[in-house]
Amino acid sequence: MTVTPERIGLFAVRALCVGVLAFLLLPILVIVPLSFSASSFLVYPVTDWSLHWYRELFASAEWRRAAANSFLVAPAATVIATVLGTLAAVGLSRVSFAGKGLLLAVLISPMIVPIVVVGVGAYLFFAKLGLADSYAGLVLVHAALGTPFVLTTVSATLEGFDRNLARASASLGAGPVRTFFRVTLPVVAPGVVAGALFAFATSFDEVVVTLFVAGPEQTTLPRQMFTGIRENITPVIAAVATLLTVFTTALMFVLEVLRSRRSLPG
Amino acid sequence: MAGSEADAARALARDRRARVLQALGLTAPLLVFLAFTFLIPIGALLMRAVENPEVARALPATVAVLDSWDTVSAPPDGAYRAFADDLLAMAEPADAGGLARRLNSELPGARSLVMGAFRQRESFATLDAPAAKAAFLALDERWQQPELWRVIARNGSRWTPDYLLASVDRRRDATGDVVAVPEEQAVFVRILLRTLGIGATVTLVCLVLAYPLAWWLSTLPVRKANRLLILVLVPFWTSVLVRVAAWIVLLQSEGLVNRALAGLGWIDRPLELLFNRTGVIIAMVHILLPFMILPLYSVMKGIPRDYQRAAVSLGSHPLGAFVRVFVPQTLPGVTAGVLLVFILAIGYYVTPALLGGPADQMLSSSVAQYANVELNWGMACALGAVLLTATLVLYGVYRRFATGEGLTA
Repeated sequence: MTVTPERIGLFAVRALCVGVLAFLLLPILVIVPLSFSASSFLVYPVTDWSLHWYRELFASAEWRRAAANSFLVAPAATVIATVLGTLAAVGLSRVSFAGKGLLLAVLISPMIVPIVVVGVGAYLFFAKLGLADSYAGLVLVHAALGTPFVLTTVSATLEGFDRNLARASASLGAGPVRTFFRVTLPVVAPGVVAGALFAFATSFDEVVVTLFVAGPEQTTLPRQMFTGIRENITPVIAAVATLLTVFTTALMFVLEVLRSRRSLPG
Repeated sequence: MAGSEADAARALARDRRARVLQALGLTAPLLVFLAFTFLIPIGALLMRAVENPEVARALPATVAVLDSWDTVSAPPDGAYRAFADDLLAMAEPADAGGLARRLNSELPGARSLVMGAFRQRESFATLDAPAAKAAFLALDERWQQPELWRVIARNGSRWTPDYLLASVDRRRDATGDVVAVPEEQAVFVRILLRTLGIGATVTLVCLVLAYPLAWWLSTLPVRKANRLLILVLVPFWTSVLVRVAAWIVLLQSEGLVNRALAGLGWIDRPLELLFNRTGVIIAMVHILLPFMILPLYSVMKGIPRDYQRAAVSLGSHPLGAFVRVFVPQTLPGVTAGVLLVFILAIGYYVTPALLGGPADQMLSSSVAQYANVELNWGMACALGAVLLTATLVLYGVYRRFATGEGLTA
């Protein structure tokens, strides 16, 4: 093999790529060993190993309540977002009308509007309705933030859906509701599950709206982390971070399995 | 024959109408839901940006008297009487507190004046206008300054452009002309420019890092590319707060980055990487990089390499063929990725709040500061409106460029 400028160039590009992948991945891995350290400082090298911080985490009433809140709010928001997003995606697939582009722009805008604007607006409006500092208010806004993900993933799956299946079902005497549940839904199910996972992750990681519309009773895991990092970052935070990373990575692998089974678009 | 064609056309049109109606029917629940949880709240924010309820609500009689005042001569005695009546009409101290805070935000010192008069309000009950004026002046000489009454008169209307003007460092002067605020008070344009600047820097760094990676992935067999994409997706799925915590651990003065640099002998003492611009940009690039890689990769994957090969076989240098044949075909992906990352970046709050210093706070932080600390909702909402406008303009551009994928058409 001769050393040509192109080869050197390609090698440089590949080295840069490996560097970028390391930049993406390593910071997340760095925090894991520190959660098992006996030291109360978040520094390497780790000399003594211990589960002390995990015991402290599980004994903490604050963190337990935050986890309970997160696992209450995120699934509730996910269910609402998934049902509404899926219905809209089914309705909007393969039909065109004046104003559809604008309608879609509005439906997708929760992904785009700055989260602080959503938080302040929701606080102002919900305070008037008595929904400030309530679980209901938090679930509703989190559901709204998740709907664009459901809408886009289910729509993408429907692009590949053979409408003749639904027509065949109708011609065989099934009503539209039955056709939806027995024919359309099973076909687009991977898209629905993927959208639901995105909606779940959106709520599960949301902190800014929570800062505005949730009271102390509704503190979620991200909000507890936000407070913890701002005040005094301890190895307990590293323990939470480790558990969260394991959990979200598991969610992601579920999604990847779904993606490889059916041709789910990106 | 013609009749049946018309029938068929009618049937088609009927079928089309039915499908559009079905589409709207299935979309309606989501639209209504978003109206309630998202669109109306944003409307409430925009309303609050031009609303000015405190003075109009607390001082209706005073505002009515000041209506006929020339704003230059001494305030009329009737204004003092009316002010006393308005104070007596207040149901609870919180009403006076809201008024005092509002006036104080424009005229420092007004808070103690208003609260002092509020506590003595019973003593004004039976006085006539000149006596009321004398009683106010006896409480505090400053009650005679015309500026105080001008502030009340100026804010007597329920709607005001003042917050929006203030959010771009403008104000109305005594004659109502829009002028720039004094240099030392002009902060918001600087914060807006800083927000756009941080957004642009983060976007540029993301593009520089993502472009080669996306290109490399697009040259690999699909299976291998998918396996490497997982390495991009793990951080994408990891909580933003987990990643912020990780960067604090890495970038602190005795963190791994500083230790590694010291170990290599490149630095003598730790670099300041946290609670400044460097930390904010590193963490934001880390969080937003996947949003650049994924659209670039998906565009590059679909580009046939034949043209590039043709260019090389026709004598072009491979690098020239890359720049002149391949790169132009990736521009739709570049535009989509750049706009998406920039739009998301200018709305960031958590990363600058946790990793930046006071000089690295972006527009979102100002919104939160005015809402949570100063309790100045007018200012919070006006700044939010500025941020929203910038975002929506860019979103409009983004939707023009992003075509052909799923719902974006």
